Amino acid sequence: MTRSRRFKLQLFRITIFIVLGAFFLVPIGAMLEFSTRGNAINAPRNLDAWKNIVQTPDLVSAITASLELAVITCLAMLVLLLPTMVWVRLRFPQLNRAIEFICLIPLTVPAIALVVGMVPIYRWININLSDSILTLAFAYLILVLPYSYRALDAGLSAIDLKTLSEAARSLGARWGTVMLRVVVPNMSSAILNASLISVALVLGEFTFANLLAYENLQVAINYVSLVDAGTSIAVAVAALLFAFALLMILSFVGRPPVPVAKAEDADFELGKTVSLSGGLVGRAR
Amino acid sequence: MTTGAAGPGRGVEVRLDDLQRRYGNATALAGLTLTLAPGELVALLGPSGCGKTTALRLLAGLEEPDSGRVVVDGVDVTNVPANRRDIGMVFQAYSLFPHMSAMRNVEFGMQLHDVGPAERRKRAGDMLELVGLSAHAHKYAHQMSGGQQQRVALARALAIEPKVLLLDEPLSALDAKVRSRLRDEIRRVQLEVGTTTLFVTHDQEEALAIADRVGVMNAGRLEQLGPPTTIYSRPATPFVAEFVGLTNRLAGVVKDGEVDVRGARLPLVKPDTPNGPAIALVRPEAVSLVVDGDMVPGPLIGTVIATAFLGATSRITVDMGDGTVLAQMPTSEAGALSAGTRVRLALRKDPVLIARDESKPTEA
Amino acid sequence: MTAAGSTAIAAAGRPIAGSRRLSLTWVGLVPFFIYTGLFLFLPTLIIVVGSLTTKDGAFTTANFSGIAQSYLVKAFGASITISAASAAIGAIGGALLAYAVATGNPRGILRRTVTSASGVFAQFGGVTLAFAFIDTVGYTGVVYLFLKDHGLDFYPKCVWLYDLPGLILIYTYFQIPLMLIVFLPALDGIRPQWREATESLGGDTWHYWRYVAGPLLAPSFLGCTLLLFANSFSAYATAAALITQGGVIVPLQIANLLTSETGRAAPGLAKSLALAMIVVVLVVTTLYTLLQRRTSQWVR
Repeated sequence: MTRSRRFKLQLFRITIFIVLGAFFLVPIGAMLEFSTRGNAINAPRNLDAWKNIVQTPDLVSAITASLELAVITCLAMLVLLLPTMVWVRLRFPQLNRAIEFICLIPLTVPAIALVVGMVPIYRWININLSDSILTLAFAYLILVLPYSYRALDAGLSAIDLKTLSEAARSLGARWGTVMLRVVVPNMSSAILNASLISVALVLGEFTFANLLAYENLQVAINYVSLVDAGTSIAVAVAALLFAFALLMILSFVGRPPVPVAKAEDADFELGKTVSLSGGLVGRAR
Repeated sequence: MTTGAAGPGRGVEVRLDDLQRRYGNATALAGLTLTLAPGELVALLGPSGCGKTTALRLLAGLEEPDSGRVVVDGVDVTNVPANRRDIGMVFQAYSLFPHMSAMRNVEFGMQLHDVGPAERRKRAGDMLELVGLSAHAHKYAHQMSGGQQQRVALARALAIEPKVLLLDEPLSALDAKVRSRLRDEIRRVQLEVGTTTLFVTHDQEEALAIADRVGVMNAGRLEQLGPPTTIYSRPATPFVAEFVGLTNRLAGVVKDGEVDVRGARLPLVKPDTPNGPAIALVRPEAVSLVVDGDMVPGPLIGTVIATAFLGATSRITVDMGDGTVLAQMPTSEAGALSAGTRVRLALRKDPVLIARDESKPTEA
Repeated sequence: MTAAGSTAIAAAGRPIAGSRRLSLTWVGLVPFFIYTGLFLFLPTLIIVVGSLTTKDGAFTTANFSGIAQSYLVKAFGASITISAASAAIGAIGGALLAYAVATGNPRGILRRTVTSASGVFAQFGGVTLAFAFIDTVGYTGVVYLFLKDHGLDFYPKCVWLYDLPGLILIYTYFQIPLMLIVFLPALDGIRPQWREATESLGGDTWHYWRYVAGPLLAPSFLGCTLLLFANSFSAYATAAALITQGGVIVPLQIANLLTSETGRAAPGLAKSLALAMIVVVLVVTTLYTLLQRRTSQWVR
């Protein structure tokens, strides 16, 4: 590349990074700024809004509920999806594509559309089973299906599942032992990936909860903002930073350790997971 | 772009004049001067990072030199951008435009030179025929083998009738059999169109086989420039001796313009070499093996440990007790030498080079 | 050993145990199919059936003619406008960002930071995102107040943040990072040799983009833009948090129908709207997949 073009290119890159960097960081900075504003005009900066979080019972219960939902969804995802995927690979490879297809369906059904079909089901659940907010986990599991499928799929593709399980079986291991002692330890980073993305999605979920009339974290934030904007923004920032931290861990630490020569593939795998998280198609919004 | 018919004699002279190029702290080219005669094919040979590719890219105009000049056909083109230099280029691999057929790829350069559709279709057809791909004109890159892709790339580069043709390791991504066939093909086509050509490679066999002259490069400098036979049989520097062909590194002592290797006295390429212990670089062909007499153990007596049949010649590995020596000789003479045979080394009295460093006195 | 092989061997040795194992292997898949059946296929079925029946269960197409009511047509128009505009802006912005990233060091920290951050920002939506923009360019937002103090009032007449232009601006926030993520692989597939070959053949930058890079990237760019369209077309939470009154876009209309008394009165209408959305997103994502496949043939 000649010098003049390299110079022009650098100029272009720097401009893009500065302009877009500002576009993406200023709103987050603005939230922080807003959450530390005093209530009165010209009041000094303070952390009242942040302190108010724990004194707002609605928020505390919503935060608790969302965290519980995150954990339940995550565990249910692992218990349902991982054994199914392993079993299909070992015994029904011809069904692999079908399972993948089913798991990716939620990408093409907008959450706002799916919830329309869920309303009658939840009405039935409320009457016959429970009206606890934790029943939302059933819906959230659908929500996280595509992303966790892709993450686990990447992990399973990286190990020789057949040989591993046959070796363990020939040594006398039961299927449960094979799962817990052989499969899980060998794809720990894929499981971490799937779990982190599930937790992040559940913590950011608004559509299902709002329209099925449950008060989870996001619904509570929206609701509290009508009375105390500062506090709800403080919670929003906190939740956002928490989700950012999870997703940053996912993209930096959560990838499998690979030799340098394969680093490019790893980037690609990351891109694949993230592209799906990006291809989210409005689920969390 | 010239519109004259392709053919011998339309090559132009190319001069690289003291070209220098640094990348940060690394020197890619430390003053390269090289003249290509009209119609000549010069191969630049060297290990990766020796500056050969930089030289080619400077000539193409894809990089700018820190200092020095590039003169093509008597015109200083140092500051002319790549797209106005009239230089055809074949890259290592994957350079075909994947969304165009072979035909369209070849036409593309002519289109950029405002050649009319009918004319360029005809000429693209001719070029594809020249490289033997008429039957594949409508295929896309992903439908062709690596060798076919490189032929199309060659046709594409030549279709604009460039003043100079540059080949940047065009064969290195191909497998061995295709490589040697395409190498001969490139040479045939180059002789047919007569375009002055610079060929960059790290493969010594390739360079020696294809070029009128070979330039061996090391650390941004041209170590030696000459016809292939000279490069091989009269290497000017230890680097060339070791990079081109196989070389034995034999311990010896320099004394008064000669080197004593295991009792054999050999002349030196540079008779002014200071006296003292040294490593002599001896080609396997300069070593012959004799079986005669009582073979009393001595400095020149060894045991054959392996023989490799290479066709007309055979390569024999001899264990000398303190290291091994390679000998290459006609297969007819090597027939009797099987592993375990005791042999006497006979060193041909060719002038030898002395290695720069004093590492292990075994063959390299 | 294949699944079939193992059962065959077992069957030969111990016929009874073998056949039992064969039937038991299916059991492992039952939970997955029951669950997805109940919470993925049943809701879809409810939507399809519900949109084609009256309250009493008789077949009807009235729910779809219901979409033709002017306020719903307007909502569809607004949804399409917002989605198209934010997809176009997001695609251009994201493509420029992707180009800036792709031309840098492929192993560099900058690239890793930008791709990771994009993964995060593409997820960012809903209530928090709406708040972020209200705090930035809302009536008491930092940037608005700052610019107003310096003589630039970008709300001369109305606060457009709470209307279509505001939604477009805010959607851009997750569209640009999504574009980066889906478009970067295509840019990475562009080889530097193609530019150099164009140059050596006598082409300049314009020729390169016009004849080489442009046609090569066009299918992928178009496909990614479609994906962005589907992405904002389905988005609900951000709009819900920003716009508390009325149903400017289709997702808000669906929400209104679900929660209001009118919705209870006409349950089929929400379902037919939902079905219409699914069809739109399905068509758009299918086109995206086809266009991506086209690109992957060229650019590997």
